Amino acid sequence: MIEVKDISKHYGRKVVLDGVDLQFPIGKITSLIGSNGAGKSTLLSIVSRLLAQDGGVVMVDGKNVTDYKNKVLAQRLSILKQSNHVRLKLTVRELVSFGRFPYSQDKLTDEDNEKVDRAIHFLDLEDIKDAYIDELSGGQKQRAYMAMVVAQDTDYVLLDEPLNNLDMKHSVQTMKTLRRLADEWKKTIIIVLHDINFASHYSDYIVALKDGKVKYCDTTDNIINEKVLEDVFDIKISVTEFNSKKVCNYFM
Amino acid sequence: MKGIKKNFLITVLLLLAAVTLYLFYNMGSNWEFALRLRGVKVAAIIVVSCCVAYSSVAFQTLTNNRILTPSIMGFESVYLLIQTLIVFMYGDLTFQVLSGWGNFLLSVLGMIGFAFLLYILIYKKGKDNLYLLLLVGIILGTLFNSLSSFMQLLIDPSDYFIVQGKMFATFNKINRDLLWPSAGVLVILLVVGFRTTKYLDVLALGRDQAINLGLNYNRAVQLFLVIIAILVSVSTALVGPITFLGLLVTNLTYELFKTHRHDVIIAACCLVTAVTLLSGQFVMERLFHLSIPVSAIINLVGGLYFMFLLLRVRKL
Amino acid sequence: MRTLILTLVLLVCAVVSLFVGVADISMALISISRIPRTVALILAGVGMSISGVIMQQMTQNKFVAPTTAGTLEAAKMGLLIFLIFIPTAGAALKMLFAFLFTFIASLIFLAIVRKIRYRNVVFVPLVGLMFGGIIGSISTFFAVRMNIVQDTNAWMMGDFSGILQGRYELIYLSLPAIIITYLYANKFTVVGMGEDFSRNLGLNYRAIMNIGLFCVSLTVSAVVITAGAIPFLGLIVPNVVSLLFGDNLKKTLPLVALSGAIFLLLCDIVGRIVIYPYEVPIGVTVSIIGAIIFLILIIRKR
Repeated sequence: MIEVKDISKHYGRKVVLDGVDLQFPIGKITSLIGSNGAGKSTLLSIVSRLLAQDGGVVMVDGKNVTDYKNKVLAQRLSILKQSNHVRLKLTVRELVSFGRFPYSQDKLTDEDNEKVDRAIHFLDLEDIKDAYIDELSGGQKQRAYMAMVVAQDTDYVLLDEPLNNLDMKHSVQTMKTLRRLADEWKKTIIIVLHDINFASHYSDYIVALKDGKVKYCDTTDNIINEKVLEDVFDIKISVTEFNSKKVCNYFM
Repeated sequence: MKGIKKNFLITVLLLLAAVTLYLFYNMGSNWEFALRLRGVKVAAIIVVSCCVAYSSVAFQTLTNNRILTPSIMGFESVYLLIQTLIVFMYGDLTFQVLSGWGNFLLSVLGMIGFAFLLYILIYKKGKDNLYLLLLVGIILGTLFNSLSSFMQLLIDPSDYFIVQGKMFATFNKINRDLLWPSAGVLVILLVVGFRTTKYLDVLALGRDQAINLGLNYNRAVQLFLVIIAILVSVSTALVGPITFLGLLVTNLTYELFKTHRHDVIIAACCLVTAVTLLSGQFVMERLFHLSIPVSAIINLVGGLYFMFLLLRVRKL
Repeated sequence: MRTLILTLVLLVCAVVSLFVGVADISMALISISRIPRTVALILAGVGMSISGVIMQQMTQNKFVAPTTAGTLEAAKMGLLIFLIFIPTAGAALKMLFAFLFTFIASLIFLAIVRKIRYRNVVFVPLVGLMFGGIIGSISTFFAVRMNIVQDTNAWMMGDFSGILQGRYELIYLSLPAIIITYLYANKFTVVGMGEDFSRNLGLNYRAIMNIGLFCVSLTVSAVVITAGAIPFLGLIVPNVVSLLFGDNLKKTLPLVALSGAIFLLLCDIVGRIVIYPYEVPIGVTVSIIGAIIFLILIIRKR
C-alpha cells in the first residue's frame, strides 16, 4: 500500500502542499481532482519521487521510499507523466522494452520479452510495434508509453493527466485500459484527472485537493455530490444519475 | 538493424582507407621517418576522435538536444586562459620554463578543476538544472576569454604567435610523450564509458522516465559529466580546441545510423570523427599545403553545417 | 522620483569621468578628449542596455542580449570582412558592413528562437552563445588566413581610451535608434508574444520586428565601431532593473537607460584608477563586474 504522511511542499514562499495525509487502497483506481494549482500533480510527483518534498514521508509497502534502492522501487511503482516529447529513433517495441530496464537492464530475458509482448497486446499495438515513435499520432504515442508502464509490471501505477490532448475516443480507451489493469491485473492506480465525469465514471475512490490540503477523500459515490463538488471547485455543479452512473453538469 | 551494420562496415572501410592513404601517400625517399611521423599523427587523431565522439554524444543525450557540444561549457576558455597566462608571464621563455609535460598536466588539471568547481557550485546549491550549469560555464568562459584577450593585447606580437598556435588544434606538433598517457586515460574511460551506455539509452528518454525506470538520475548525470570533463580536457590539452567538431560528427552519425542505442552511436561516431579528421588533415596538409590549422577548417565547416541544421529543422 | 535620483547620479558620474585621472587639465584636453569620451560612454551605456531590453522583449527571454545572441560576433565579422576586402574605404562604409552583418545575424537568431521558444528558458541563450561561437569561428578562419588575429581581437576589446573628437561621432547614430525604441517599447512586447498574437491585436508583426532589429543592429554596430565590444551590459542592466522595479516598460525604460550609462561610466572610472597611470580596457572591467553580477542573478533566481 502507498501511504503519504504529512507531506508539505513550497516553492519560495508559496505553499503548494500543506500536511497531506493519505492512504491509497490496493487494487483500486484513485483519482486526484481539484482546481488548477491545488497541488495534484505536485503530490503525484512527490509520491513517485520525481520531486523531493520539504516535509513528510511517502511509504510504499510499509517502507520509506528513500530507503528503497532505485531499481527495486522501479519494480514496485511506475509513473507516467505528460510531456514525453523525445525525438529518438525508437520503435514502439523498443520503447516498451525499456519497461523491463529495472529488472534486466538492457539484457532482456525470455520472460522480459514475453511481458513486453503481453503489454503490446494489451494496448493493441501489434500493428505498429515496429513504427518509430516520433511518427505516431498523439493517441498512439500515449498508448505506447502506457504499454511501457504495463511492461514495467509494477503494483502501483501513477499517471499524471493521461487524458490531456486526447480526443474523446482515446480518452475513453485509456480509462478502460486502466480499469482493466485494476480489475484484471490487480494494479493500484493513482491518477490525476481534470474531467470530473471521467473520475466519476471510472474511479473507485476520489481525493479532492484544495489549496494544498486534502479537502475530501472518500468513495467515488460519496464525493460525486453537489455540495462536495461545489466546495471543491467553487462553482455550481448539478449531479444527475444516468444508467446508474452519476454525471456532473457544470454548464450552469 | 541491417542497414546499420552495413553503414558500420562502410565506415570502418572508409577509416582504413583514410589511414592507409594518409600514411602512404607520397612518402618520399625517407619513408621510415615519414611513416613514424605520420603514425604519431594518426594515433593522435584516433585518440582525439574517441574523446570528442564519446563526450559529444553523451553530452547531447544528457542535455537532450543535438545542437550543443561540451566544449562550449568553458573548457576551452580555461585552456586558452592558462596558455595566455603562461606566455604573458614568461614571453618567449615559455618553452624553457614549462616542459610539454608540465603544460599538459597544468592544462588538464586546470580544466578538470574548473569543471568540478562548476558541478559542485550547481549541485551543492541544490539546483539540478543542467542548463543552468551550462550557462554558468559559458558565462565564466566569456569572462575568461575577456581576460585572455586583455593579456593578449599586452603580449609582444612575436610572442603572440605562441598563443595563437595554441588557439587552434593542430596535429602537426604532437608531443609523443603525451600521446601514450592520453591514450591510456582514454582506454580506461572508454571501458567505463561503454559499460554504461545503457544508462545513456535510458537518460535519453528524459529525466522523469529515467527516474521511473529506477536510475539514480543525479548520480548518473554526474558520472557522465565527470567522464565528459576528463575526455574534453585530455583532448584539448593534447591538440588544442576544436569547438565544433563534436557538433558536426554527432549529427552526421545520427543521420547515418538511425538508432537510439548509444553503444552503436558512440562507436560509429568515433569512426566518423576519425574519418573526418583524417581526411581534413590530409586535404589541408597534402593537397593544398595550406598553413591553416585543420581545426579552423573544421570549425568553419562544422559551423556552417550547424547553421544549416538550425534553419532546416522545423522544431528544435 | 527614481528617474530624478538616477539622473543626478549620472550627472555626478559624468563630471567625475571628465576629470578623473590626469593632473593638468586644460580646456583643450577636455574638449578634444574628455567630453567625447564621456559622451560616448553615456551613449554606449544607454544604447547597449536598451538594445538588451528590446531583444529580451522580442524573444520573451530574460537571458537574451547582444552578448548571448551572436550580435557582437556578427558585428566583428562585418568589420573583418570590411577590412579584408575594402580596407581603404571610409568609416561610413565600415559602419554599413557592421550594421548589415548584425542585422542579418539578428534575423537568423530570431528565426532560431521561434523554433525553440517553448523549451527551457536557459536553452535560448545557450543556443545564442553557440550561434555566436559559430559566427566567431567563421571570422577567425579568415583572420587566421590574413594573419590578423591579434589585431581583430584588439579592435573588439571594448576601450574608450582612444576616443577623440572627430573619431567617435558615429556613435551618435545610436541616438535615433534609442528614440525609436522608446516610442515603440510596448509594441516590441506584443511582437514578442508571437506572430498570431500581434496580428490579432492589429499590429504589423514583420514591420515591427524589423524596426526592432534595425534599432538593435544600428546601436550595436555604432558602439562596436567606436569603442569595441562591451559584453554583458545589455544582459545585466535590464535584469537588475526588472528585479528592483518590475517589468512595466514605460516606467522602467528610462531607468534602464540611466542605469546603463551610470554602470558604464563607473566601470570606466574604475578601469582608469586601478592600475593608474595605465588603463584597464572597459571591455575587461565590464566583463569581470558583469559576469559576477550575472552569475549572482541566475544562481539566486528560483
